[in-house]
Amino acid sequence: MDISSLKVGQRARVVHLHASQPAEQRLMALGLMPGVIVRLARVAPLGDPIAIEFRGQCVSMRKREAGVVEVEPLG
Amino acid sequence: MAKAPSRAPLVALIGNPNAGKSTLFNALTGLRQRIGNYPGVTVERKSGWMTLPDGERVEVLDLPGLYSLAASSPDERIVIDTLCGRIGAERIPDAVVCVVDCTNLLRNLFLASQVAELGIPMMLVLNQADVARKRGVEIDTGRFSERLGGIPVVPASAWHGEGIASLKGALAGVLEKRTPMRRILWNEGVAEALRILREGLMREKDGGAAAVPDAMLQRMIFDATPDPGGGWLDGPAQAHTGRRRLVLAARERIRHAGLNPFAAEAVLHYERMGAVIEGIVVERAKEGGHTFSQRLDEVLLSRILGTAILLVAMAGMFASVFWLAEIPKGWLETLFAGIGAGIEPWMEEMPALRSLVIEGVIGGVGAFMSFLPQILILFFFITLLENTGYMARAAFLMDRLFSWCGLNGKCFVPMLSGYACAVPSVLATRTIEDPRARVITIFLIPFMSCSARLPVYTLMTTAFVVPQAGAFKGAMVMVGMYLVGLVVAIPVAWVLTRVVLRIRVRSFVLELPRYQIPRARDVLWRMWQAGAEFVKRAGTIIFAITVIVWALLYFPHTTETAVTTRKVFIEELSGSTGKTPGQIEAALAEESATARQDGATEAGPLTKALEHRVSAAHIEDSYLGRFGKAVQPVFAPAGFDWKITVGVLASFPAREVIVSTLGITYSLGAEAGADSDALHAAMAKSTWKSGPRAGAPIFTIPVVMGIMVFFALCSQCGATLAVIAKEAGWRWAAASFVCMTTLAWLAAVACYQAGRLLGCA
Ligand SMILES: Nc1nc2c(ncn2[C@@H]2O[C@H](COP(=O)(O)OP(=O)(O)O)[C@@H](O)[C@H]2O)c(=O)[nH]1
Ligand SMILES: [Mg+2]
Repeated sequence: MDISSLKVGQRARVVHLHASQPAEQRLMALGLMPGVIVRLARVAPLGDPIAIEFRGQCVSMRKREAGVVEVEPLG
Repeated sequence: MAKAPSRAPLVALIGNPNAGKSTLFNALTGLRQRIGNYPGVTVERKSGWMTLPDGERVEVLDLPGLYSLAASSPDERIVIDTLCGRIGAERIPDAVVCVVDCTNLLRNLFLASQVAELGIPMMLVLNQADVARKRGVEIDTGRFSERLGGIPVVPASAWHGEGIASLKGALAGVLEKRTPMRRILWNEGVAEALRILREGLMREKDGGAAAVPDAMLQRMIFDATPDPGGGWLDGPAQAHTGRRRLVLAARERIRHAGLNPFAAEAVLHYERMGAVIEGIVVERAKEGGHTFSQRLDEVLLSRILGTAILLVAMAGMFASVFWLAEIPKGWLETLFAGIGAGIEPWMEEMPALRSLVIEGVIGGVGAFMSFLPQILILFFFITLLENTGYMARAAFLMDRLFSWCGLNGKCFVPMLSGYACAVPSVLATRTIEDPRARVITIFLIPFMSCSARLPVYTLMTTAFVVPQAGAFKGAMVMVGMYLVGLVVAIPVAWVLTRVVLRIRVRSFVLELPRYQIPRARDVLWRMWQAGAEFVKRAGTIIFAITVIVWALLYFPHTTETAVTTRKVFIEELSGSTGKTPGQIEAALAEESATARQDGATEAGPLTKALEHRVSAAHIEDSYLGRFGKAVQPVFAPAGFDWKITVGVLASFPAREVIVSTLGITYSLGAEAGADSDALHAAMAKSTWKSGPRAGAPIFTIPVVMGIMVFFALCSQCGATLAVIAKEAGWRWAAASFVCMTTLAWLAAVACYQAGRLLGCA
């Protein structure tokens, strides 16, 4: 499943990030890569974008971009 | 690369956004800085001077903040181009100071590890040490430095001026010893790939005349968009296919080693830096537990309360730019009027010079000075929003409204302030990092109905709509005018994104930084810079436009016109009152005699009426007046007569001028305001003198609506065009002018013709 389908507040581990576009490389530059633990912090009032916490930072991204990040929910 | 002894060393500051580069830059250079643009792109380029402990002067370059050297846009590419000495100073910096936010160490070190690949002498600044200390984070800088090959690693807090002295000392050492940071040890796959590309390029370049730096080779291999603007390498275009094949071969080699070539760089650098900081960073803070920022976000980003707070904050900002700025603007106007009145008596004898100085020069200086209060107030709020960390939250909340057309949430604040004034708003687009979103926003801002349009709406609505259709419809028309620009801007945005710039989906990744209390010093400094830059860069253009239009409206200003008008005036008056011309002459003479006797500043009623008639005749005979008459046929399909046409033309430098221009052409003088009953009456009475509609009133409802729509859409602001040209280039300014003016004309024609078809005319 991808990050945006997590429940708000749910944590997950990144299992795969399909990098082939600059946008995905940008996420990787921020440290979003396989093995990293993420948490869906919140969804914007209008449904998009979403805010994700990982490696001690909070990053906003659009659902489309989050779609390339495959995660495996924890607990 | 030997250092030229005659040249001061060049040092580049590089780091993630929000690492504190600008704060550090200010701390290092003080007030000695220069702001410019990188050639060809709109990114701000700041450079300044600092002095090392030994007295050596060093030039410092503040590079744009980025998370990675990967370049997916020309704006990002300038960083690596600057570091390779290709643009900017046209020489390779002598040293790089990598500014690292030590509260997010690993992510910041990824960039540092990439920069190390350039082989430039380097040092690390562990900034925001104060925050790290509060969180109980301790870093063993000695071992850190050792693991990076002996480069200095200096903890600092740019904000508190802490560590600046040791930074300077360390920098002197770097410039002397020229130690680069230890590079990553690539695994075999990547090392092989680099070798394939390097050797391939050397073969092509006749035995390796110029070796391509490794950092460049890496960009070619690793970047998903390795060709963001023009070729990566100099040379003939036919060589590009060959190079592309080499790059593909190199990537294949990495795949062969079991790695995704587009992911390998980040994964390997993160792994490497993770190992470097292993055991030298001690974090005593308890894991889990929400930070202050997280708790604040629970409120500020919540669906209802968060949105409500955003709307209140934005309303406050808007009201300040819209109304609060009027107060200092009023002071400035009084000041300039005072200066004008003060020097006027000396130029009594020379009317042309008087008009030039009062209306041209003082008017011109006043024209751009009057934007200053709005610029300062808007930048006050923007700096506050950015430095508290709330700007990113506002963008998060609003992004969905903009994402459909290549824009993003960061465009919200500049667009909103466009409803007050386009000039500060265009300057405020600097806060939008994405260059294409910035350009689209700049293009759309002038469509927002700014405060200078209000007098036109007021004049037309109170003079014609309210008397004919009632107060309620008048109010609806006013509201409608505020929406016209927005309604037109939406398809314009769509065309611009999809057709002109061909943007598909843009990504919008934005860090939500921790909240922070801003420093007054930073806010004042940013306000000062924005204001000073505006006066320096746009001031001359705005001044020049005002003077030129003054001249076009003033000259030729012949005495013959004055004499003829006087004669016609007296004849008309004697016709309507039955007095002889001699009696009227006598009355005029008497008025001027009493005025002189009493030392009165006000002329008598008869004299004033005559003066207004003469001004009207001069404007009709002026170059712009003649031009207006000549091009009136262009505006005929919108039902404009020559007076409206001249008013429209005279308003191109500043749209609010229409009111005073109509005042003059209707022989009421320039001081007739938008709510002047005399002006309303004169306009209502005016009829077509000739042509098919002779005798019919000029200002019918369709014409009035056409005029308002025209002013809502037309590009009638020299100052806006000047700042667009400065921020996005003259081509965008020209495009904005042509697009808006054409749309305005079409809309005015559509209004009039539709009105006629519906039988309102
Ligand atoms: N606490 C603390 N805040 C800092 C420090 N340096 C910068 N900041 C703040 O961090 C934010 C980003 O700083 P700025 O210089 O604009 O970062 P840049 O994007 O790298 O230019 C601003 O709000 C600064 O006031 C520091 O040493 N300590
Ligand atoms: Mg900065």
